[in-house]
Amino acid sequence: MTAETIIQSLASGLLMGLLYGLIAVGLALIFGLMDVVNFAHGEFLMLAMYVTFFLFTFFAIDPLLSAPLAAAALFVLGAAVYLLIVRFAMRAKANVGMVQIFATFGLAIVMRGLAQLLFTADYRSVPHSWLGGKTVSVAGIFLPQPQLFGALVAIAAFGGLYFFINRTDFGRALEATREDPGAVALVGIDKNRVFALGWGIGGALVGLAGAIMATFFYIYPDVGASFALIAYVTVALGGFGSVFGAFAGGIVVGLVEATTALVLPPSLKSVGIYAVYLLVVFVRPRGLFGSM
Amino acid sequence: MDKSFTERRRRELLVAASLAVAAALVPLFVKNPNVQNIMILTLMFGALSQSWNILSGYCGQISLGHALYFGLGAYVTTLLFVKFGVLPWFGMIAGGIFCALIAMALGYPCFRLGGHYFAIATIVIAEIGLLLIQNWEWAGAALGIEMPVRGDSWLKFQFARSKLPYFYFALALACVAWFVTWWLEDSKWGYWWRAVKDNPDAAQSLGVVVFDSKMGAAAVSAFLVAVGGSFYAMYVSYIDPGSVMGFQFSLLMALPAVLGGIGTLWGPLLGAVILIPLTELTRSYIGGSGRGVDLIVYGTLIVLIALARPEGLIGLFSRKGATR
Repeated sequence: MTAETIIQSLASGLLMGLLYGLIAVGLALIFGLMDVVNFAHGEFLMLAMYVTFFLFTFFAIDPLLSAPLAAAALFVLGAAVYLLIVRFAMRAKANVGMVQIFATFGLAIVMRGLAQLLFTADYRSVPHSWLGGKTVSVAGIFLPQPQLFGALVAIAAFGGLYFFINRTDFGRALEATREDPGAVALVGIDKNRVFALGWGIGGALVGLAGAIMATFFYIYPDVGASFALIAYVTVALGGFGSVFGAFAGGIVVGLVEATTALVLPPSLKSVGIYAVYLLVVFVRPRGLFGSM
Repeated sequence: MDKSFTERRRRELLVAASLAVAAALVPLFVKNPNVQNIMILTLMFGALSQSWNILSGYCGQISLGHALYFGLGAYVTTLLFVKFGVLPWFGMIAGGIFCALIAMALGYPCFRLGGHYFAIATIVIAEIGLLLIQNWEWAGAALGIEMPVRGDSWLKFQFARSKLPYFYFALALACVAWFVTWWLEDSKWGYWWRAVKDNPDAAQSLGVVVFDSKMGAAAVSAFLVAVGGSFYAMYVSYIDPGSVMGFQFSLLMALPAVLGGIGTLWGPLLGAVILIPLTELTRSYIGGSGRGVDLIVYGTLIVLIALARPEGLIGLFSRKGATR
């Protein structure tokens, strides 16, 4: 193992980590807003990948251009899921946590079933996209273009999110609702609109991630499951609900995954991520950036 | 109050005994092996869910990684039999004890975690177990391991000609899991668990040993689930990591209890009686031709029940008779 291979894999790990952060940040945003874990998050990603695939196949729109469309589609889906399902799940008087888990988990199963029915279980891919399969060489290190672009989008998305939460009226309403959903009603903020908006933004962020993933990963009905667990670990590592934590958590996960792949066989590469998650929460039970 | 309580406990026991006898008679009339298979799976998942309910329902520590104990139970029994010729009866107990110990060893660091951090830790640990076994050549790795057929006997727990012995064992398992729950409900442990679930800080201040309570619940729960896993391995006689330790098993153990009524005595069995036949039937009747329709039906049902009856279906019954 030369220094070059180590730097090479850490660099790709970093890029992948930023993308993991982008996949996970919607989950963190929703959790921070209303203490709900969306167990259909992986299926949101899956759907965004299919949207990208079909726009490419039928209309020859490159994933780079269709990414905003995928984000818009997922925005609508996220808001609809809140208004049609989660809103009612939150009204439960008993077992609130379990009801939320199983309402969104049931949705995940339905989405997977629909994908199998409508799109078949075949593995799809987006061949010959502008980014797919190309690399950039920086000082002798080869960086795959899809991941590089994904990392840039992730950084831009985090910047945008930071601006949105801290500098806009909607963002302030979001923050206020998160602190006290009861009190905001008194100043005329409709809690449901804010929550729906939060779910919409969460969906849009994973929509962006899905469009980029589609350029270098196979697309099939169960694809979300492989990334959902990584997204939960990312969010928990950062500290549930912390948007900045998801960003940092993603980078940690990406680097750990790359390091594990250097020492263990590829089939065990996730073990490193899981082990690091356990180590972190055993030492800091609320994640790296969660309030103690 | 006290009298009616004792009476209710006695009535529950009576109802359970009658149901068990009635269930034992069913295979005398139902000979169709496919239907018998569904009944066996229903009883098995009822027992598993009842065991899951002890830790997650009564004690409130939501585990989404019980597939670990199911899979380890299956593997311990199979490996002991295949590699060392140990009879499955002993393997079953060995698997149970092994998993109870593992559950306590894992509980030691994990029970400090709260809520979602705990749930994700359980998923992640089960996933590590799955990956390790998938890469363990001696145990068959990802291909799995087959139970060689050594005849038709209770001693070796193999029955080639009939599903009936499996049915009666699954029934016995469901009865044991129910009885253990019933018995613990009114024991010191049962009260501790509910106190820990409702308010751990208050429980601690009232002298409940919170940590020990969780450890006890985890050990009992893991032991019973491991025995269920051993039974499953003997029943299907071929196991591979994905088919006994996959995440779906963790969910299949949790779902009946959640649908029937989490933290209740009858919830898991009620949930299993509805959910498992429905799963199997949609899979066999719609699944083949419709590709995915079974999942759509199943998922929709989960969403609807979760929204419509958050306290579980058992709530439909509790209005009339024994309310808490």
